Amino acid sequence: MTKKLTIAASCTALACAGVLAMGLGSPAKAGLFGSDDKKGVSYETFTDMLHLVMASDREVYTKMVVGRLAAKEKVIKASEHFEDEKALPLPAQMFRFGSEKVSSKTDKFTYQLLSLWPINKQNAPRTDIEKKGLAFIAENKGEKPFYGEEELGGKKYFTAVYADVGVAAPCINCHNAHKDSPRTDFKMGEVMGGVVIRVPMN
Amino acid sequence: MRNKILWLVWVTATLAGGVAVAAVMYYGGDLRSVFLIGKTTSGHHQIEMACDACHTDMFGGIDALQKGCVTCHGDELKAANDSHPRSKFVDPRNADRVAVLDARYCVTCHREHQPGITNAMAVTLPTDYCALCHQDVAKNRPSHEGLAFDTCGNSGCHNFHDNRALYEDFLEKRHGEPDFKEILLVALSNWTPPADQPKPARKALAALDADAPADRRGALKHTADWALSGHAAAGVNCSGCHQPRKRTRPDEWVEAPGAKVCATCHTAEAKTFTEGKHGMRQRDGLWVSRKDDFLGLFEDKGLPPMTPALARIPMQDDAHATALTCNTCHGAHKYDVKFAQIEACESCHADDHTKAFRMSPHNALVDREASGDLPKGSGVTCATCHMPKHLVRDDYGTEKIFVTHNQNDNLRPNEKMIRTVCADCHGLRFTIDALADPALIKNNFKGKPAHHVESIDWVENRMRERARRQQQ
Repeated sequence: MTKKLTIAASCTALACAGVLAMGLGSPAKAGLFGSDDKKGVSYETFTDMLHLVMASDREVYTKMVVGRLAAKEKVIKASEHFEDEKALPLPAQMFRFGSEKVSSKTDKFTYQLLSLWPINKQNAPRTDIEKKGLAFIAENKGEKPFYGEEELGGKKYFTAVYADVGVAAPCINCHNAHKDSPRTDFKMGEVMGGVVIRVPMN
Repeated sequence: MRNKILWLVWVTATLAGGVAVAAVMYYGGDLRSVFLIGKTTSGHHQIEMACDACHTDMFGGIDALQKGCVTCHGDELKAANDSHPRSKFVDPRNADRVAVLDARYCVTCHREHQPGITNAMAVTLPTDYCALCHQDVAKNRPSHEGLAFDTCGNSGCHNFHDNRALYEDFLEKRHGEPDFKEILLVALSNWTPPADQPKPARKALAALDADAPADRRGALKHTADWALSGHAAAGVNCSGCHQPRKRTRPDEWVEAPGAKVCATCHTAEAKTFTEGKHGMRQRDGLWVSRKDDFLGLFEDKGLPPMTPALARIPMQDDAHATALTCNTCHGAHKYDVKFAQIEACESCHADDHTKAFRMSPHNALVDREASGDLPKGSGVTCATCHMPKHLVRDDYGTEKIFVTHNQNDNLRPNEKMIRTVCADCHGLRFTIDALADPALIKNNFKGKPAHHVESIDWVENRMRERARRQQQ
């Protein structure tokens, strides 16, 4: 009996040790920056933080540079053809240039500004997740982001979609007046598109 | 057993010998041509013996080739606001597009040494490649309904990379321009620096100021030519070119200063010279053999300058051996820019376009300017179009003019010439039509375009449609 108990106790201890070892040894939930001895950051937190930086910089450029100098003070224009017209790049172009710079330096994440009502048709959603995500943030009026997973070109990605809201008059005016805009009734504070951030999953 | 050993020795010796012979042929440089797997394109044939200009790493695969492409063409693509940059295709959302056209790499569309499948612009894909991604173009552009996909890029409408003179708003802004503008002057021909810009303090020199030592003077003509040149006017004395290291080596006298000396002042001109067909063989880093590459057996050897004999377009019979350096067109001491603008070109080139120049309306303007009938800047020479002046600003806003010496920069696709040259005098509609008319190009623009590109009409239709909608 004692022998049986000893065996049972040993088995239990071994199992616990095994579970503990697995728990300690396995990568953290996200596995993003996780290693054996360091806890990782979840994909959600990672993309949330990235988006916070992107959205803040985007808002600052839109309001403090374009809104102030082009719309309010009228000392310079903002134009899609900013080189030809010696003007400020549009906020959406500024965002794209940043995204291109990032993709030339790392493949750890990519991001784009897309919309269900894009002026440039290449910025319409293409993948199922993009379509779902943009519809989700529009339906929820930008109150919460959309998270999902998708496989593109044989690789798995964590994809987050964040609402891009019209924060200044130039956003609304330009999109409502542009000859290629499929929608001309945007209002301030409305969801106009979404920032899609992708992180390859290992 | 003995037979086996003999076989082994024979096979090993044969393989080792083969590898050694191949290595000597490759690294020695002179016999490299046997490794060419097919005729090289016109863009690269001049430098085909400098294999590692493109094959930057023997085992680097497609990325090593890409590095070679970007080294020479990367800046040009950036300047062109490339419509299909690599960044578009490394984006995972376009993975399905990359699967049908891997535009992350230049060699997907431009495969070298494939003469049998090489089309215009060195494209080696079937000419309807736009359809791979843009099948649904008519959905947003009804005017494009039913157009064949091999017409997108060859009829003056679109280019894969450079659309700076073809984008819709550019056409919209200029759709109403007349064929000939009111003032017919080459825009930068009368450029002067802004009044508030500091000017270099240089004193013009005369023949008596020449500082060459008596025993180095050479023919009197040299001094006389120099005294009338732009160099003397800008205060550049004999020593400026013949004693480039005067401060450190005062006794040194360089008999025939080369392009490197010219480049110390004419930096942008010298750089662009090595980017075009005239000077690409003299670009830094092109080697036929290297001392360090193979046991020190061979010397460092670059490519000799281009000669018309190597050209693939018609050249004058008596010019075949002329080596192209700065002085070939500019002629030492005299540095006559007028000669360099037309006569220098004619002394080598013998194609129809060149031969028709003297009878062209552009040359008539040159003659009328020379006779004083028209103001300075009215004449249009070979160089006006093929080596145009550019206004550049440095990071501090200082303005400068430089003459690009990359004759290829605005040549292919030829719509690149619209902004840098044609637009000074001609309306956009006329220009696009003229550049899409091969017969007109051949006779050097004598007459009106017989070809019409419809893109401006479509832009006008869209403008009318928009105005109609706004009125409703």
